[in-house]
Amino acid sequence: MLIKTVFSGFGGQGVLMMGYILAVSAMREGMQVTYLPAYGAEVRGGTANCTVSISDEDIASPVASSPDYVIALNNPSLIRFEGQIKTKGTIFLNSDLIDINPEREDIEVFKIPANTLAKNIGSERAMNMIMLGAFASKAKITSIDSLMNGLTEVIKTKSKKQVEINRKGLEMGAKYVLKGE
Amino acid sequence: MLLRGSHVFAEAAVRAGCRFYFGYPITPQNELTEYMANALASLPDGVFIQAESELAAINMVIGVSMAGKRAMTSSSSPGISLKQEGISFLSAMELPAVIINTMRGGPGLGNIAAAQGDYLQATRGGGHGDYRTIVLAPGSGQEMADFTRMAFEYADRYRIPVIILGDGMMSQMMEPVEFPDPIDPKSLPPKPWVLDGAKDRPSRIIKSLILDTSAMEEHNWKLFRKYEMIEKEISQVELFLTDDARLVVIAYGTASRITKGAIKRVREMGLKVGLMSPKTLWPFPKRFLLEMSRVVTDFLVFEMSTGQMLEDVKLSLEGRRRIHFYGRPGGIISTPDEIAKVINNIYFKEGLETEG
Repeated sequence: MLIKTVFSGFGGQGVLMMGYILAVSAMREGMQVTYLPAYGAEVRGGTANCTVSISDEDIASPVASSPDYVIALNNPSLIRFEGQIKTKGTIFLNSDLIDINPEREDIEVFKIPANTLAKNIGSERAMNMIMLGAFASKAKITSIDSLMNGLTEVIKTKSKKQVEINRKGLEMGAKYVLKGE
Repeated sequence: MLLRGSHVFAEAAVRAGCRFYFGYPITPQNELTEYMANALASLPDGVFIQAESELAAINMVIGVSMAGKRAMTSSSSPGISLKQEGISFLSAMELPAVIINTMRGGPGLGNIAAAQGDYLQATRGGGHGDYRTIVLAPGSGQEMADFTRMAFEYADRYRIPVIILGDGMMSQMMEPVEFPDPIDPKSLPPKPWVLDGAKDRPSRIIKSLILDTSAMEEHNWKLFRKYEMIEKEISQVELFLTDDARLVVIAYGTASRITKGAIKRVREMGLKVGLMSPKTLWPFPKRFLLEMSRVVTDFLVFEMSTGQMLEDVKLSLEGRRRIHFYGRPGGIISTPDEIAKVINNIYFKEGLETEG
């Protein structure tokens, strides 16, 4: 098993955090992982992306030339990564911010109004958790509980409220795609 | 722990008892310097200095090393070029030091992507004069941690600068890593040659200016004998699926892990291919290669350069076997599929499927 996932969006949307939480969660479940943030001459407000590779054996390359999953949080991310996704791969779109449609017909597409859903649970900043929850429920690499463990390890917050909002985000995202709305 | 490569180097150095770090910023290894600033500031005996230049940083390393303590500096390709004068001086004065080079695309300023164009600079001395440095080439987060510990040990054992070659991708990538237990610098054996004040003992001199030609020649031969001993004692390789291999790929660092992925793919198609990954680039693991060449007829050197380690492979095999080469310079990271195709081509072109 080797699963490569690309998270992409604007800097500040929590793109790198999503990947980091996924990587930590998978590592704690005993899987091999690599986490590779895109590293270039990036600018504030520019695009950010990272690649998480998860496997049950050593990972050769942390780069994904054809990812299994893409989580796109803005239009430029969809444009950039749509062509790279594996045949029969999956893309998760934040439909609140993405107003164009993928052209490929050999990939599965999930549209999630993540900003709206996040607002409904009390914090728009949990938008990335909505997307991560949606991804997790479909990809079935790590459970929501496992992601929560990863999250509490990574964000090191003492605020129960913050942890709770993030948990709600993950659960809401999962519920949304499973209901197939 | 899931840590990015730059932080792995830094944490491993602190755990190896390094309390003196001198750096000067350069991408893609700034996170190493950043981590050291924090880590050493929180230790009572830690000293962190962001120097005014690369040259200043390496000279600070010289000072600490003369005084007997474990010291480290790090940079990326163009910055390492600037440090070469200091590395030559360290070599002349037989001072231990650890220098980390996070290689990027070059020459010149190049770019900040992962490349392997500094192989020859690192393994041939790099600065002026007749000397070599030990060069280690980790290929994973875990090896970055283990080799940093080993680098400090070799540096002290042989009184020699040790260079660790990483690259821009390894520095940024996070992988799970387990660290060895930390060493208390006070528990390290005393060094009988250091300059720490001559009260109640004869004074010592450490210098690199030797105007007397006979004395200089003698010193050169002394260094040479030390290098010969190191070649015998520490050269290291990792072998991966070489037992029945008809084609062996030779690659180090990032290129070696990509090759492993490629080999898994071609093995599924029944091709007998293995990997020999040098862990010491100097000394180059010549004897392992010679041993292998008794049964293997074809070698493929894969590097993220236009062919530098290739020279060492050719020098080792002295024309005995077929040597193929594939290189991607400039910061391009090949995919395992790409390397699998290259392997496939060579394998069938040389008729290796029909042999023995």
